[in-house]
Amino acid sequence: MEKFVMHTGTAAPLRRSNVDTDQIIPAEYLKRITRHGFEDGLFAAWRKDTEFVLNQPAYQGVSILIAGPDFGTGSSREHAVWALQDYGFKVVLSSRFADIFRGNSGKGGLLTAMLEQDDIEKLWAVVEADPATLVTVDLDKREVRAGEVTAVFEVDDYVRWRLMEGLDDIGITLNQAEAITEFEAKRPVFLPTTA
Amino acid sequence: MAKTLAEKVWEAHVVRRAAGEPDLLYIDLHLVHEVTSPQAFDGLRASGRSVRRPDLTLATEDHNVPTIDILKPIADPISRAQVDALRNNCAEFGVPIYSLGNIEQGIVHVVGPQLGLTQPGMTVVCGDSHTSTHGAFGALAFGIGTSEVEHVLATQTLPLKPFKTMAINVDGELPAGVSAKDVTLAVIAKIGTGGGQGYVLEYKGSAIRGLSMEGRMTVCNMSIEAGARAGMIAPDETTFEYLKGRDRAPKGADWDAAVAYWSTLPSDADAKYDAEVFIDASTLSPFVTWGTNPGQGLPLSGSVPSPADAKDEVDRVAIERALEYMGLTAGMPLRDIKVDIVFVGSCTNGRIEDLRTVAEVLKGRKVDSKVRMLVVPGSVRVKNQAEEEGLDVIIKESGAEWREAGCSMCLAMNPDKLAPGERSASTSNRNFEGRQGPGGRTHLVSPAVAAATAITGHLAAPADL
Ligand code: SF4
Repeated sequence: MEKFVMHTGTAAPLRRSNVDTDQIIPAEYLKRITRHGFEDGLFAAWRKDTEFVLNQPAYQGVSILIAGPDFGTGSSREHAVWALQDYGFKVVLSSRFADIFRGNSGKGGLLTAMLEQDDIEKLWAVVEADPATLVTVDLDKREVRAGEVTAVFEVDDYVRWRLMEGLDDIGITLNQAEAITEFEAKRPVFLPTTA
Repeated sequence: MAKTLAEKVWEAHVVRRAAGEPDLLYIDLHLVHEVTSPQAFDGLRASGRSVRRPDLTLATEDHNVPTIDILKPIADPISRAQVDALRNNCAEFGVPIYSLGNIEQGIVHVVGPQLGLTQPGMTVVCGDSHTSTHGAFGALAFGIGTSEVEHVLATQTLPLKPFKTMAINVDGELPAGVSAKDVTLAVIAKIGTGGGQGYVLEYKGSAIRGLSMEGRMTVCNMSIEAGARAGMIAPDETTFEYLKGRDRAPKGADWDAAVAYWSTLPSDADAKYDAEVFIDASTLSPFVTWGTNPGQGLPLSGSVPSPADAKDEVDRVAIERALEYMGLTAGMPLRDIKVDIVFVGSCTNGRIEDLRTVAEVLKGRKVDSKVRMLVVPGSVRVKNQAEEEGLDVIIKESGAEWREAGCSMCLAMNPDKLAPGERSASTSNRNFEGRQGPGGRTHLVSPAVAAATAITGHLAAPADL
């Protein structure tokens, strides 16, 4: 996984709350068995509307999504993270994320930064006034900077450390193989098996 | 220190704990299906890793399988590719699988419990958010993403941050005609789709104790729709009774040891929750959703809300959008909403008890001529049981379609889907935009309301017939 310390890019305002993972990527795209190439499914239903923010010429090439509260609710599909990443997003900002989506993002290397709704509103105003505004997301300082706005964000310490180090979860756990074997030896015998 | 049910199960599974790091938790049961697993197996292959405990892993085909002509090759090439990938991956990595045509095939959250694989005190995961269903047994069960699926396959553990706990107390007696589904829709409407975020919900109180295991599974199933990752109900006699004699349940001396252990699991009387919610069961009535998230629900006797009633601007916009998408006008009585399709099934309400309820309402009646009704059992065993009881005959005589087991119209990945603008009353768990097909409009309802709606052609409860 690539290390993430700081990112600067342009941002798209998504003025919607409760954006569920069915909206981020509809179920029909889930049938693929590959790990990449999901950009065409991102917000597929909304992108049919020419007015949709990602269809506007001013917001081409964005890498930061500024979303309304409760982003990523609904189904646990990790494709939602892949679709955002395949499209080119490195960061999603919101005042509240759904748990599973947030967990999936951390693992995939997509930063979900949690800001006060007030700050989200300010950032919306900035990037709507001038879509070319460069937005900097500083994971080291836990800070978003855009024009005159500087806002702090919340991110889990462990997720932050892993993103900054670019570490893969499974490798970290496999270092604990001995502890796992020890635990297995003590499991109650009445527990079921599938075999 | 006094502990809650969730904390007890958590503590019993900590493999490793270190300051500043998530706990590493052991996973007792890992359920796998065709949609969220191909990339996980791919990841294993790419890094030369194997499945640590195939004997604690079980795969079923459910999400996109057809519910007619199941023994013919799957027509949709992508569905077929996913199912084929699952079969090949299971063969390559030695994971047991219940394929189409196998008597144990069905929706993953119906299959685990009916086999007796889901037991109190276990940790259960699956790459599907409705894994919370298994919490009905007092298991800590939650949905995970594909990279976590890969993690569990490789290590049989997951690094996890502790959850907070929320008690949902539902006390009193449920009025006649009010089911587990109505309880869960009322809970979500009360705490909101984000209200459970970061929490494990524990449902308690006399109304919950009075529910069957099927009803408890319905309630825990929808915990995720309140934003919670898991929902749990303490094991009791009802739980033990359900498990006893099931294929994978402990036998003989093991059974006694298991019951002794399970009996220690309920939350201690003085255990503290991070949050508590109280609901008076006697005030509940049949609940339906009118909008595009499961929190947008109201008693059937109510009317479509108006953006003017919103509590804040965010809510106002949400109501406005929902009304537009759903094609509804504010103030319209919910009972006046006409539907095109009625879907009975899913891991929320596709169990035998749900089918019995539906058949009881349909018996001797006809589905409205303008309505198409689909009844899709949650598993092959549920289907067989229903046929043994003659429920299929009642259902077919009423004019409804009787299908093979699968997720079907719950998420419309197989050919069962709504056309744009079509409206359904559905016993599933999600009414998101396009969930049951692009442009489709979904009203979540209980099995009893689904059946009554099919007969009248508009949202209705059996009492209206
Ligand atoms: S029935 Fe619906 S919610 Fe349940 S596992 Fe299948 S798709 Fe998911």
